[in-house]
Amino acid sequence: MTDAVSRTELDLAGLRTESLFARNMRLFATSRLSLVSAGVVLAFILMALAAPLFAPHDPNETDLFRRLQPPAWMPGGEWAYLLGCDALGRDILSRIIYGARVSIFIGAAVILVATTIGTLAGLAAGYLRGWTDIVISRLVDILLGFPYLIFAIALIAMTGPGLGNIILALAYKEWVIPCRVVRGETLAAREIEYVEAARAMGGSRRYIMLREILPNILSPVVVVSTVRMAHVIILEASLSFLGLGVQPPTASWGSMVADGRSFMLDAWWVSTFPGLAILLLVLSINVVSQGLRDAFDPKFHD
Amino acid sequence: MKLGKLFERLVQLLPVLLGVSAIVFIMMTLTPGDPVDIMLGDQHVTEEQEQALRKDMGLDLPPLERFVKFIGNAATGNFGLSFYHRQPVMEVIASRLPATIELSLAALVFALALSIPLGVIAAVKKNSLLDRLATVSSLFGVSLPGFWFGILLLMLFAVHLNVLPVSGRAGFSSEVPPITYLLLIDTLLHGRFDAFGDALAHIVLPAVTLGLPMASILMRVTRASMLEVLEQDYITFAEAKGLSRYKILVKHALKNALIPTVTVAAIETGSLLGGNMVVETVFGWPGLGRLVVESIFVRNYPLIQAAVLIYAVTYVMLNFFADILYTVLNPRVRL
Repeated sequence: MTDAVSRTELDLAGLRTESLFARNMRLFATSRLSLVSAGVVLAFILMALAAPLFAPHDPNETDLFRRLQPPAWMPGGEWAYLLGCDALGRDILSRIIYGARVSIFIGAAVILVATTIGTLAGLAAGYLRGWTDIVISRLVDILLGFPYLIFAIALIAMTGPGLGNIILALAYKEWVIPCRVVRGETLAAREIEYVEAARAMGGSRRYIMLREILPNILSPVVVVSTVRMAHVIILEASLSFLGLGVQPPTASWGSMVADGRSFMLDAWWVSTFPGLAILLLVLSINVVSQGLRDAFDPKFHD
Repeated sequence: MKLGKLFERLVQLLPVLLGVSAIVFIMMTLTPGDPVDIMLGDQHVTEEQEQALRKDMGLDLPPLERFVKFIGNAATGNFGLSFYHRQPVMEVIASRLPATIELSLAALVFALALSIPLGVIAAVKKNSLLDRLATVSSLFGVSLPGFWFGILLLMLFAVHLNVLPVSGRAGFSSEVPPITYLLLIDTLLHGRFDAFGDALAHIVLPAVTLGLPMASILMRVTRASMLEVLEQDYITFAEAKGLSRYKILVKHALKNALIPTVTVAAIETGSLLGGNMVVETVFGWPGLGRLVVESIFVRNYPLIQAAVLIYAVTYVMLNFFADILYTVLNPRVRL
């Protein structure tokens, strides 16, 4: 107890040094819901990475004797095929486990590319101002003029479906969002003393942007990337659902839901389980991002 | 808002619209394959006929001239022929547009009707069970993949309970001579209540699917802004005057609390446009979104480009109106 008291006292006196990031993560960890959700997201990532270890069957192995076999707990189901089978007799659970690879890989790749480009563009626009800002900001305005899915669909219509094309189609517009956030934060940061100090000490523009400003505006970037990751996963699933995503036989959650449409009448499980996987992953990411936002930025509190 | 400022805003729109058109034009130019070859498909034509078509489409001009021509054509609604439908692209699009507009409006009405009461109740009874329930539901609402939720609704209401139709806009017997081209309104204008009921039954599930994410967002916005308004001095004053709780909420608080809701609703109406491709596909709704998706599989490029441009221009305009609406509703914001 004495320990706790002295800690608080140190905090109040501003003597205990703890990095901002560590403090934020500690705040984040105080919410049980956020922690559970982070656990779910990690479980999905682990499942995707080690899919062959977790999947009870080969996701593409067809068995026409098991065509539309119901889940284990229903009459006609068997425990070896827990969530039942699809129209080609493929194990739905195994396909969901492998499908996590597509969703998580595309989501992560799009966010990584978009955040990198968007952050650099936003830093340049916000710090350099002038023509750089005008060109980047106009481009952002124009890209914001397209509804997201339509822009991606138009690009895929031109380039054809496929993993690389989907990532590009989504990243072309996605970078705009971190860019706007970073530009705003940079505009505010460049007027603060620490940046002025760095300028006075003769720091180069690149040094100031990347070493001084960037570390200080990372929190909002992290928060935005997590929210957007949830969004991108739904977009990828929507593209797959429309038949414009990763092509068969590769398992992806969106196309699995689409496959089940024809069997709504007698095999509800074909569509239901892959959709549930999307919902669970996206919901968990959204809860995590809300937790991060609450922890990182007290002004976001209601 | 002064007229001059409005005009200034309108002028600021032009570069964005021009840029949007340029991107659509660049996409079109970068499309792999020769547009004439794609259009002709398997038809056999002579070299001269092919050259004539090329010239007719302006493909022999330098890029900048082609862009100017493209803008001119787009402004007059001339997007060329849809070879797949053997009709001008604009006619095909116009025939599908009312269904999409009707669905979007229905989704908007649903979202507003659900989110405003819920948002107000959640704010008034802050931290109650109801508030928490509403907050959790809104998190679900934005996390639900629309195509999947639509299928679940279909399985429940159309297949299992068999109370609502599976797909389409209305049965054959419900067709009425068009007046506004919006079936729900036309059937009422003709006094065909049976047909109205039929159209309503068809639109319920797609509208709910399309409107749910929007309702979730609007609920949060309403709740947050209502909480803010309820803390204002004039509300305390109204309470001190002894006005009834109901009167304070509806007459004093709601009027101001709804300003952000209305603005966000206008912005989100734009995002309905993106969602309707998926929802129209799930519910076999004969709108523009489904037409675009179908066009991709038959490589009907002129139609895709026209549709993308129309979507983008509509989206930009909606955002513009949202902006104007916000300033009109909120006199504290000066441009």
